[in-house]
Amino acid sequence: MSGIPHDHYEPKSNGEKWLHSRLPIVGLIYDTIMIPTPKNLNWMWVWGIVLAFCLVLQIVTGIVLVMHYTPHVDLAFASIEHIMRDVNGGHFIRYLHMNGASLFFIAVYLHIFRGLYYGSYKAPREITWIIGMLIYLLMMATGFLGYVLPWGQMSFWGATVITGLFGAIPFIGEPLQTWLLGGPAVDNATLNRFFSLHYLLPFIIAALVIVHIWAFHTTGNNNPAGVEVRRGSKEEAEKDTVPFWPYFVIKDFFALAVILVIFLAVVGFMPNYLGHPDNYIEANPLVTPAHIVPEWYYLPFYAILRAFTSDVWVVQIASFVTGGIIDAKFFGVLAMFGSMFAIALAPWLDTSSVKSGKYRPMFKWWFWLLVIDFMVLMWCGAMPAEPPYSIISLIGATYWFAYFLVILPLLGVIEKPEPTPATIEDDFNDHYGKAE
Amino acid sequence: MEESVKRRHIVSKNACTTATHALGSLGDQIVSFTHWFSDAKHALGQAAGNCGPNLYMAGSGRKTWRNLVSHAEDHEGTRRDFLYYATAGAGAVTAGAAIWPLVNQMNPSADVQALASIRVDVSGVAPGTQLTVKWLGKPVFIRRRTAEEIEAARSVSLAELPDGDARNENIGAAPASDENRAMDEAGEWLVMMGVCTHLGCVPLGDGAGEFGGWFCPCHGSHYDESGRIRKGPAPTNLPVPVAEFVDETTIKLG
Repeated sequence: MSGIPHDHYEPKSNGEKWLHSRLPIVGLIYDTIMIPTPKNLNWMWVWGIVLAFCLVLQIVTGIVLVMHYTPHVDLAFASIEHIMRDVNGGHFIRYLHMNGASLFFIAVYLHIFRGLYYGSYKAPREITWIIGMLIYLLMMATGFLGYVLPWGQMSFWGATVITGLFGAIPFIGEPLQTWLLGGPAVDNATLNRFFSLHYLLPFIIAALVIVHIWAFHTTGNNNPAGVEVRRGSKEEAEKDTVPFWPYFVIKDFFALAVILVIFLAVVGFMPNYLGHPDNYIEANPLVTPAHIVPEWYYLPFYAILRAFTSDVWVVQIASFVTGGIIDAKFFGVLAMFGSMFAIALAPWLDTSSVKSGKYRPMFKWWFWLLVIDFMVLMWCGAMPAEPPYSIISLIGATYWFAYFLVILPLLGVIEKPEPTPATIEDDFNDHYGKAE
Repeated sequence: MEESVKRRHIVSKNACTTATHALGSLGDQIVSFTHWFSDAKHALGQAAGNCGPNLYMAGSGRKTWRNLVSHAEDHEGTRRDFLYYATAGAGAVTAGAAIWPLVNQMNPSADVQALASIRVDVSGVAPGTQLTVKWLGKPVFIRRRTAEEIEAARSVSLAELPDGDARNENIGAAPASDENRAMDEAGEWLVMMGVCTHLGCVPLGDGAGEFGGWFCPCHGSHYDESGRIRKGPAPTNLPVPVAEFVDETTIKLG
């Protein structure tokens, strides 16, 4: 692997040499875990390991749940109850899987906002960022597909609402929706294919995670100072870095242990806190729950989806200009996907030459406003689509787009950044004192 | 270098007779309807005419993008070019043929399509009650109305209605009078989709809401005795699906 200069694996014994000349797998692993890592990384750099743990947790618990689950409209709900009541330890495994999804999304949001604050998306890490956004999209898809499988009321009606989004696409929407569902409405065909895809996507995510890691092992990690590791020589690089193993592995595992204490407390004592009670009622196509709410991790984008109603002037202009092809429903769909696409475009929208938000006095304010905006949108998404929540959602959605499309490009021009440390070594010494 | 050129000549000579026959007739057909294969025609002509070793030696100089892929010699149209196009074409067709079944299997299956039309026995529905059946995965309300309900529904002036269209698939665009929505002339039977036109919830029936018909609990849409929207966020009347009496007590939906 190219990147920061460091020591490479040298096979010593005859056995090692024999293997290395045939399959250099030990060398690959060695170079991967011995990657020189900026020594000034703070606690916000632990989420990658948490995410990797979550992926493994979800795949392992998922595989064993499939041993007891039945993907059929008449049997799915009962098979979940069978897991909860009859299967040995089944309730615990299912609660791990349910809450594992929440931990996964908590970690990914912190990971993404970490990247947004410290400018991790900027050159040369654009590819890492794009791959990361693809992983996030696939996570959303996987989570949605998985939520349908228990075939509760929220499963059914959530699937109806979300697949209805595809029906809003002009011209091809209705046949596309029918094709996705395998019939005129959410039914057995839908449940079966959702099960198949829910099993498939995590493995695609795993493959993309490898590409994600490969990309940032080539560029090196970003760090809180936002200055790059010196690459002139191995000695120079060693002043800025320490190897990932054992230094950061131990640090990350410590963080993971603390997080798992909280996670297991939730799994053990309040496993349904983040769920919705309606999903313990079997799906019934003839009765709608009074209030359809997605899982918490979709709420900000659900709020953006619902924010653009037909009385909003941009929607009216879009509808007028396109001769009615873009109506309020389709506009909402475009806004929702557009709000995620805007994050992916951040590397090209941010014009500032300084990476880390630490040294950007104006950027800081806008960034924290974005974090608050995200929370407010999440809250609005859980509320009914009526005043005052609809107008708050609209303001929130507007700021979301303004941050990426207006503020990030403008700040780079009008903001005067503070001086950044010359090297990571300087930044480290400023914080922790010079090593003797 | 000379060795390898020699060997190629031998191979091409051996393959020449059979290949020329096989490709000749096929090639003519393709060539006749696509100019894309003009190169190939050239190639075939040469291949058929000159089964000699000198053919492959001829090319030099001009580089084309095809050379990058096929590594053919540089002159216009060789048999190798034709084989390249033929292989690429066959590959594209094969890929398409392999992908289409994978896409098409997700379309509604025969048993799902078979339920596009169902028959409902309504002999047990007394006046003033309603039946909700599942059709195409969605609820359908079948209500046998009382004389008072019919009277109330028919006394509404069309000017009061937010949605002036009957929304009846049996008759097409028409004013939203109760006569245009009920199944029979007397107006005893009313059949409509039980899906709120706002966000797809299932409205409550049996005289619910302020207009004596249906009421959607999700966002407060009120429908009257004829299933027409009267108040609330829903934009249109509850749609009337294609339906008919096939005998005295059986309604066919779809």
